[in-house]
Amino acid sequence: MNANDVLLKVVGLKKYYKDGAVKALDGVDCEIHAGEVVVIIGPSGCGKSTFLRSLNLLELPTAGEIYFEGDKINDPRIDINLHRQKIGMVFQQFNLFNNLDILSNITLAPMKLLKQSRAEAEKNAMELLERIGLPDKARNYPSQLSGGQKQRIAIVRALAMKPDVMLFDEPTSALDPEMVGEVLDVMKELARSGMTMVVVTHEMGFAREVGSRVLFMEGGRIVEENEPNTFFASPATQRAQDFLSKVL
Amino acid sequence: MNHLLLDVGNFSEQFKLNFIDDERWKWIVQGLLVTLEITAVALVIGIAIGIVVSAVRSSYDKNKETMKARGGVGYALLSGANSVCRLYLTIIRGTPTVVQLLIFYFIIFSGWRNGVPVAMISFGINSGAYVAEIFRSGIMSVDEGQFEASRSLGFGYLSTMRYVVVPQAFKAVLPALGNEFIVLLKETSIAGYVGIMDLTKAGDLIRGRTFSKLMPLIAVALIYLTLVMVLTWALGLLERRLRKNER
Repeated sequence: MNANDVLLKVVGLKKYYKDGAVKALDGVDCEIHAGEVVVIIGPSGCGKSTFLRSLNLLELPTAGEIYFEGDKINDPRIDINLHRQKIGMVFQQFNLFNNLDILSNITLAPMKLLKQSRAEAEKNAMELLERIGLPDKARNYPSQLSGGQKQRIAIVRALAMKPDVMLFDEPTSALDPEMVGEVLDVMKELARSGMTMVVVTHEMGFAREVGSRVLFMEGGRIVEENEPNTFFASPATQRAQDFLSKVL
Repeated sequence: MNHLLLDVGNFSEQFKLNFIDDERWKWIVQGLLVTLEITAVALVIGIAIGIVVSAVRSSYDKNKETMKARGGVGYALLSGANSVCRLYLTIIRGTPTVVQLLIFYFIIFSGWRNGVPVAMISFGINSGAYVAEIFRSGIMSVDEGQFEASRSLGFGYLSTMRYVVVPQAFKAVLPALGNEFIVLLKETSIAGYVGIMDLTKAGDLIRGRTFSKLMPLIAVALIYLTLVMVLTWALGLLERRLRKNER
């Protein structure tokens, strides 16, 4: 895949609740290119998580189109499960499978969906665990780990499917402050390796350091988008200025 | 309370009268076997029904919006099945078990001479309603995030249920399921209403023959108690073993 290829494309995306009384997304248009690290920020309730969760159809849009690698994935005739294999997702609450140990958490999907042999899947999983410095936790259960460890494992669980894009839904918001760094480090390393990433976060430092583009959302729309240094130094819209003055 | 103050001589005399004479202990043993048979078969029927009904109900709850958006036969089928399941739950949980047993014996299976299979079916269908709701509560108790994480990796609804949700749900419902087994075992004691000689009826028949109020009924009660205690112990063992995996 070449850089600048459009990986994800969203056209006129709307998500209404209660028959339109609540407009979580009110017409979002966006393109995400291969190799980009797109950071989505905005006040709570602005629709940023809904937008992210629409990209792999965890939220069904009310209207609009979502294209992934050229296929319209919110078409009812399409097998969304095949496309989701290529779209990794990391959640705020980690969501490791509580009934499986760490190694099985990582190997389950590659074995069942990609038909990897156990030996192959476990070898890959151990390499991923080495990469995040947790190979000794392979046989532990999620309940035995800290939040930061769980989130790092959730990241490599998604990576084990060799996705083309990774979605992060506030990956550090549920962590104790001293554990935020270890998760951000893994994400930074991932960004440097060229992974396409879409990140909803409140970590402005991360956005500035590794983001290639910042989307500022409010009221279910993208209000401003720019390259991070420019955005943080001189936001163009009043809303973005107000928001930044509160969080920075 | 005179009859509770038996001396030892009286006790052995009573014991002989109620259990040894005419080999009446055999009634108890036969009754116990009938009770166990009915319970075991009803348990299997109940679990089978419970799995199907809870699967329909929770699938409907979890997928109705997606399927409605997609339209087609799938939604109509699932919606219809869900309505049937809800009707079943309403009727079974809304009427007394003994009335259901009588209806099954005298109306639905009126041609059957042997009450035992009728009781197995009747208790099974009854237990199925409670087991279904227990299973459903277990499925609903598994955090939605577990479900979403599995779907985001590319697993379909059924694989997600199989690998992630059901194993966790089963662990969560084990105490409630054990409770339902205990209730079922004891509830079969109404089988005498349709002429089945189960454990309770056996004790009652001995009472009728020997005119001893105390011994046959206390013996029956002690046997039920022992059965329930063994069941409780076995379930506790299973629960501890399942939980060990997570610590």
